[in-house]
Amino acid sequence: MRIVLNKDSMNIEKEQDVVPFRNRVKEYAVKIGMSVVNQTKLITAASELARNMLKYAGGGITKIEVISEGRNSGIRLIFEDKGPGISDIALAMKDGFSTGKSLGIGLPGAKRLVNEFEIKSSVGEGTTVSIIKWKNG
Amino acid sequence: MDRIPILRMGNFLLVTIQIDLYDRLAINLETDLVNMVNKTQAKGVLIDISALSIVDSFMGRILGNIGNMARIMDAETVVVGMQPAVAITLVELGLELKGVHTALNVVKGMELLRNKIKDLDTGEEEEEEIATNEDSTE
Amino acid sequence: MKQDISKLLQKKKKNIIEDWMNMQLADAGLREDLMSNDELREQSAELIDALLKAITEQNLDDFNSASFNTVYEILSGISISRARQGFSPRETGVFVFSLKDAILQTLIIELKNDQETLIEALVAMNKLLDNLGIVTFETFIKGREEVILRQTDEITEISTPVIRVWDGILALPIIGTLDSARTQVVMENLLQNVVDTGSTITILDISGVPTVDSLVAQHIIKTVAATRLMGAECIISGIRPEIAQTVVHLGIDLSNIVTKATLASALKYAFALLKLDVKRIQKEK
Repeated sequence: MRIVLNKDSMNIEKEQDVVPFRNRVKEYAVKIGMSVVNQTKLITAASELARNMLKYAGGGITKIEVISEGRNSGIRLIFEDKGPGISDIALAMKDGFSTGKSLGIGLPGAKRLVNEFEIKSSVGEGTTVSIIKWKNG
Repeated sequence: MDRIPILRMGNFLLVTIQIDLYDRLAINLETDLVNMVNKTQAKGVLIDISALSIVDSFMGRILGNIGNMARIMDAETVVVGMQPAVAITLVELGLELKGVHTALNVVKGMELLRNKIKDLDTGEEEEEEIATNEDSTE
Repeated sequence: MKQDISKLLQKKKKNIIEDWMNMQLADAGLREDLMSNDELREQSAELIDALLKAITEQNLDDFNSASFNTVYEILSGISISRARQGFSPRETGVFVFSLKDAILQTLIIELKNDQETLIEALVAMNKLLDNLGIVTFETFIKGREEVILRQTDEITEISTPVIRVWDGILALPIIGTLDSARTQVVMENLLQNVVDTGSTITILDISGVPTVDSLVAQHIIKTVAATRLMGAECIISGIRPEIAQTVVHLGIDLSNIVTKATLASALKYAFALLKLDVKRIQKEK
């Protein structure tokens, strides 16, 4: 059973918000005793997703949650935007695919860095991405 | 602070990134460095990222851009001091730093640049000194 | 007149503990090597005290009642420490179940003239002590799991030794399969050592890896890539013929990686990279 121990939320509206958001995520990761490598993976994934949100939806809301399941604890990040949405999620998750002029590794790369990755999107309404990084894993 | 200082050391330009860059700052750095390479006719650029706790695809792209831009202006770029956690994350992310060389630290980075430039300029091989480490692991 | 079972048990506490001790001492599985009789008596007395204090006429058939919490705590403590000391599940079980025998025996003797109360008491005590037995096993297994987890950590620690074979050259022999968790430990360990020692060449020896499938190869390629990102070179050594065969049959591309058959030839290659020369000394006479 998953229990949410702590909830926090931050708005990402401009590129200057990305670094403070990363720092906030890092604070929580340090608090639950996540290893440096896992911290770095989580923060990098967070950075990719926050940037994606800025680039394609002009910003959105992020939620930072400390969760626990049995002995394990972890961080869940939720990125919610009211942007144009993604019409073909499978294509967006493919390495090297990008509609913008980025490297196209944002979504699939972020997925590889975390333990759980969930994306929901409807065209015209927005996109929600939820990721979990466990402390041990 | 809206500019990262660029130091000039002989033929080389030296940049130490001490804080996590937000996008504007990174883009400024790219422009400043390319201008400096042009102005000083530098043959090598050394970027120390040992203080960076993460490198995401945006930052990776900036580093790659700097390397590629410098190269077509006839300068080599070396990125030094990457943290192990950052390297592991970059590999998992699927990002290769194309266009730049890498070295463990500033000393080794300088050595690498000197060798690269020597190879290009004269082609003559000098006896290279092996850097010895006296400090023990434990 | 109906007797108060809890008071009766209180009164007979001395008898119960004597009976219980005798039963425990008589058991063939007694582990005097792990615990002295005095210690055992102390543990037993502590548990009985707590148990008899907790039992009242009201909560006898409700073992979820909060008044039993202390009993569960003590029992859990005993059970976990036994798991760590290496008691078997049977030996730990006997501890609780012989208490049940002792209590039931006392009840049978004391209430032999009041059949109705006896049956009621027997059923209630049976339930209560069975529940204590379940708690014992749950915590016993938890204790064992903790031991296993600790050992797993220790194994990962010792199974990735980084050896400094030369100034600037590190070697890491991998024994056993490489899964993604292990790869992460290997990478972290290797890269941290690279930073600490300032080594520019690392040799990953995979002669102890039983099979290399595409997943393992992926992990190896990642390790090499990460090492290069740091500015060091990574050589793979210990490619056995079987490994070479499977790699080619699976169509895995290792062409970007320096691979050597043995650690010796990898070391030779490393020397060449560092422009070192190993010579046999010619004795002049």
